[in-house]
Amino acid sequence: MKTIFERPDSMTEKVTHYCPGCTHGVAHRLVAEVVDELGIKDRTVGFAPVGCSVLIYEYMDTDYQQAAHGRAPACATGTKRVRPDLMVYTYQGDGDLASIGTAEIIHAANRGEKITVVFINNAIYGMTGGQMAPTTMPGQRTTTSPMGRDTGSVGFPVRVSEMLSTLATPMYVVRASLHSPYNIIQAKKAVRKAFQYQLDGTCFSFVELLSTCPTNWGITPTGSNKWLEENMLPYYPLGVFRTPEDDLK
Amino acid sequence: MAKLLMKGAEAIGEAAIRAGCLAYFAYPITPQSEVAEYLAKRLPEVGGTFVQAESEVAASQMVYGAAGAGVRVFTSSSSPGVSLMAEAMSYMSGSELPAVFVNIVRAGPGLGGILPSQSDYNQATRGAGHGDYHFMILAPATVQELVDWMIKAFPLSEKYMNPVMIMGDGLIAQMMEPVDFDSVKAEDIIEVESWATTGAKGRKRNLINSLFLDPLKLEEFNHKLAAKYQRMAEEDVYYEKYLMDDEPALIAVAYGTTARIVKTAIDVLRAEGMKIGLFRPISLFPFPKVELREESAKDHVRGFSVVEMSNGQMLDDVKWATLERKPVGFFSRNGGIVPNPEETIDFLRKEYERTGA
Ligand SMILES: Cc1ncc(C[n+]2csc(CCOP(=O)(O)OP(=O)(O)O)c2C)c(N)n1
Ligand code: SF4
Ligand SMILES: [Mg+2]
Repeated sequence: MKTIFERPDSMTEKVTHYCPGCTHGVAHRLVAEVVDELGIKDRTVGFAPVGCSVLIYEYMDTDYQQAAHGRAPACATGTKRVRPDLMVYTYQGDGDLASIGTAEIIHAANRGEKITVVFINNAIYGMTGGQMAPTTMPGQRTTTSPMGRDTGSVGFPVRVSEMLSTLATPMYVVRASLHSPYNIIQAKKAVRKAFQYQLDGTCFSFVELLSTCPTNWGITPTGSNKWLEENMLPYYPLGVFRTPEDDLK
Repeated sequence: MAKLLMKGAEAIGEAAIRAGCLAYFAYPITPQSEVAEYLAKRLPEVGGTFVQAESEVAASQMVYGAAGAGVRVFTSSSSPGVSLMAEAMSYMSGSELPAVFVNIVRAGPGLGGILPSQSDYNQATRGAGHGDYHFMILAPATVQELVDWMIKAFPLSEKYMNPVMIMGDGLIAQMMEPVDFDSVKAEDIIEVESWATTGAKGRKRNLINSLFLDPLKLEEFNHKLAAKYQRMAEEDVYYEKYLMDDEPALIAVAYGTTARIVKTAIDVLRAEGMKIGLFRPISLFPFPKVELREESAKDHVRGFSVVEMSNGQMLDDVKWATLERKPVGFFSRNGGIVPNPEETIDFLRKEYERTGA
């Protein structure tokens, strides 16, 4: 019998704790598949964030360090600089990366650290119960923006990929989405490319993945995919923002 | 090897290299930016790594990442910067990682001043960050001691899988003194494959983590840490006794820079016939409690006199260690002012008379 679908070798057998319809599990799988395909399992070190995906180290069968809230890019810098042969990546939510860890991500990118960052933008603080994130959409109701995000008093959602793209340092920056099978296939290509740049020692690589949080959005899983498409896609356009090839031209 | 005349801050950098530490992450702050300036030049010569971080928050988290990867690593800063490292300190204690932190203390609170102080004693010995943890804290008093303890700090941090902090002040960091880098022997790092994230090649994966969702497991871990600190108190307490052999009536207690001034003062008062000795804690955590308690029980000891550059932080530890069996006097200068020998002599003379010695 031919096997057509199985657990990536780089994942453990542990059942994930994610809510039904949450795309964290999808993103984990994409990363694990890429680690398998590139044959780098025994030289990969991941950095877990503080957020719903803090337990990613239970699901990934590679060496892992757990970072303080937002600090993963600094921790990854420490590891990569002293062991450049390792494949080092961070996996971070939008509260983690775009709020408390803003300084760390900007400066790791600007130094051109040869690490890969997987950024899960679900427009909310999932783990702490659905508070407003820097990426929360205008008018979006959360537990700390019960009347909907008021851009007049808290500003507009932060577009991290665009922001990083203003840096002069050569880098790979891409935004993909996890709301449909087609987009997941595109997202996988982006993740793979990002890891490949690191493997080649080329540059800092950053993959933003638009994600869903059905639980805290208060929408069904399929409704969440639709909500993402209708509300997040127009504000967070998909595509490649920067490639080192263009930068180095 | 011949002695070199070197500034304390630069000696810190060179000592780390001699100790086999080739990774340093830091953010500049007076009075110890020379450590970074020295290593920015020196580390590339020996194939080492230096990154100027965007903040002390990031510098200390880089230390966390590098320590997790199983290499010797250190950072240095001064008080306001060390406050920003509290998060990483807590995480590294919780993840049981070895590393060395240096705090060249300056006067606070807030932006305070840049001059020498000992007002971070509580922050250092009680743990700046959250949770039930301690660093081992070592307080040298000369540039030579600074070098010696830097070289010993790395194996000590690996022995306990716990960070060690070297605590000095601007005087030690800025002063030039002759140093011998071979006065203590450097030790190699022991194997790291069993715990470090070096890539899971031919072994099960390693995890660096301080999260325990099961309270029973976390309690067990807290007990493990307590046992570790207890072991430090049994095996790695360091102190110096100066002129304590002839049954002194008064014992001065001071550490670091202040201890040097107190020694000078004691020499003067001894010449006047006053039997005063100095007890100088070197490990501030673990504190030499047992040794001080023994002194407090001796009949010839009539009192203790603490001299500090703070409002009295080590003072509390001295009272606790001696059970206040004998009166404990206190003299301090603060705000970046180092007590001068004259006022220290005056204080100790009055103490000597007060205790009826
Ligand atoms: C220093 C610190 N501040 C606050 C928290 C509480 N906290 C835990 S997770 C989180 C937000 C996580 O949101 P995000 O990064 O978007 O991840 P998600 O859960 O949405 O995947 C916060 C605020 C913390 N653990 N540490
Ligand atoms: S709370 Fe949201 S982000 Fe967290 S697991 Fe549930 S759906 Fe996913
Ligand atoms: Mg989120």
